[in-house]
Amino acid sequence: MSVDIAPRLPARPFRWRLSRLTPLIWVGPAVVLIGVVVILPVIVMIQSSLQKISPDGFVLGDAGFNNFTKLFAEPAFVGVLLRTAIWTIGVVVVTMVISLALAQLFNARFPGRRFARWALIVPWAASVMMTALIFRWALDSNNGAINVVLNRLGLLDAFNSNESAWLGNPPAAFGWMMLVAIFVSLPFSTYAILSGLQSIPEEIYEAADLDGATKWSRYRAITLPLLRPAIIVAVLINVINVFNSFPIIWEMTRGGPAYATSTTTTFMFTLKQSFIGESAAMSVINFAIVIIIVVIYLRSTRWKDQVD
Amino acid sequence: MTSLMEKKAAAVNPLPEKALAPPRRRRAQTRRYRTIILAIIAYAVALIFLVPYIEMAIVAVRPANELLSRNLLPSHADFSNFVTIWSSGFGGNLATSLEVAGGATILVLLVALPAAYYTARQRFRGRTAFLLLVLATQMFQPAAMLVGIQREFLNFNLPPTISLILINAGFNMAFAIWILNAFFSSIPVELEEAAMVDGASRIGAVMRITLPLALPGVVTALIFTFITAWNEFLVALTLTLGAPSGQQPLTVTINNYIGQYSIDWGHLFAGALIATVPVIILFAFIEGRVVSGLTAGAIK
Repeated sequence: MSVDIAPRLPARPFRWRLSRLTPLIWVGPAVVLIGVVVILPVIVMIQSSLQKISPDGFVLGDAGFNNFTKLFAEPAFVGVLLRTAIWTIGVVVVTMVISLALAQLFNARFPGRRFARWALIVPWAASVMMTALIFRWALDSNNGAINVVLNRLGLLDAFNSNESAWLGNPPAAFGWMMLVAIFVSLPFSTYAILSGLQSIPEEIYEAADLDGATKWSRYRAITLPLLRPAIIVAVLINVINVFNSFPIIWEMTRGGPAYATSTTTTFMFTLKQSFIGESAAMSVINFAIVIIIVVIYLRSTRWKDQVD
Repeated sequence: MTSLMEKKAAAVNPLPEKALAPPRRRRAQTRRYRTIILAIIAYAVALIFLVPYIEMAIVAVRPANELLSRNLLPSHADFSNFVTIWSSGFGGNLATSLEVAGGATILVLLVALPAAYYTARQRFRGRTAFLLLVLATQMFQPAAMLVGIQREFLNFNLPPTISLILINAGFNMAFAIWILNAFFSSIPVELEEAAMVDGASRIGAVMRITLPLALPGVVTALIFTFITAWNEFLVALTLTLGAPSGQQPLTVTINNYIGQYSIDWGHLFAGALIATVPVIILFAFIEGRVVSGLTAGAIK
């Protein structure tokens, strides 16, 4: 990657000047850091996916594509892939729909708006793993706060029952974990749309007012199209975050029972504890998916306009 | 839509409220009701976002013998959990988290500032390639390359704190470069040149003119890096699992309260509260600017 920044051999070697090295002084450390921390691990990971590695980390030899064939043959693999798709798409779609409404709400003028907006950032600032742990506590089958409230509302009959042990029942657990993922994704998405809303000039709405447009048609015809760039970026950043998300599932169910609530990220982590090569193969697939999302991101944003 | 038209009407015809015609007064009244209803909904939403963290604080001060009780509020506040975790070495983990987050923040500052400044001021061969690399790494997260990170840093054989500083800095630098680049680009070169005409050196001009003007961007980048590194869990868990407990950052320590058969909730949430409150306060300072940094390149 650093090839482009390093001075290329000029056509006439004698006109080589030291000043061509100055960019390296300014930008070089950043390139080195990215190289060591981000690029090198990718190479090591791809290498590991083609090696036979003992559980304690020793390379036992070349594995060809064995790690991949073993991974595809895992009984849990197809389920994990499907769940990852449901997890990512479900969380992002619901997050975006709620965020559009929340942004509209927090864009309106009312007394105390600053405080309300401040409350909104709390789940964003707090560590996701700790938020996940609160929900795990609140779903405790004996006296979790969510169960207590459901019981008082008459929606839950018995504590310490199958009904109240949400996290022991894979579909219910997965649903609750998606809810937590939505909860922690809402602040960023809402703020992204809010900043999009604030960039729409008031004057644009005046013409519509003269035409006597209703609020809803005004929103659909003017606001939504102008929010498009904000929505696209928010969606893609959310897709990356939700796809890579580890703490929620890990802290609430460890991906279990067995792999029944795992996504590819937690599956990779569990595999890593005994089958490093296979885990690397899962990582390579995860990384390939991330690359696809990043390419879509780069093509849909106008990053070049800002750079030039 | 009404507010704008009314504002205009009011400017043309600034009548006192009493003299307004009845329909107009009614409209002002519905607007007031609308505001009140909006405010109530917004406060309710705000409360929903706060409730989990209020519950965290409640459990942290719940007396141990009420941990199985179904009362939502404890009979009284008991702060012994904080005393116990402190005496069992929590301070060491707090220090480790501070070292990791602080170290990563300083490293990001040292590396991102020159790169952002240079790319904002100079066109050079490879500039676009460099910025593309930065933008792409902003979308990468350690989770997708964890096996590689673990195996690479195992070979490096560094103390875990140093490894975590490097990794957190590497993955957060992109955000810092983008936001700083935007700030530097928006400051006219002429300001620096004017200072240089007055006798300042290039570095002096940057230090005295450009950097103070870019300070909001610098602060945002620093606080964001600090918070992300402070909250990081997956890499910390991977690299410090076998390390002495004092070398584990807070997220890993708190995760350790989860036992195979039972969870030490009281101590867990006391620790979580100590870890969470400072970052919420820090985040409040940069709330407005983070979005523009994260979405840089697409929304302006």
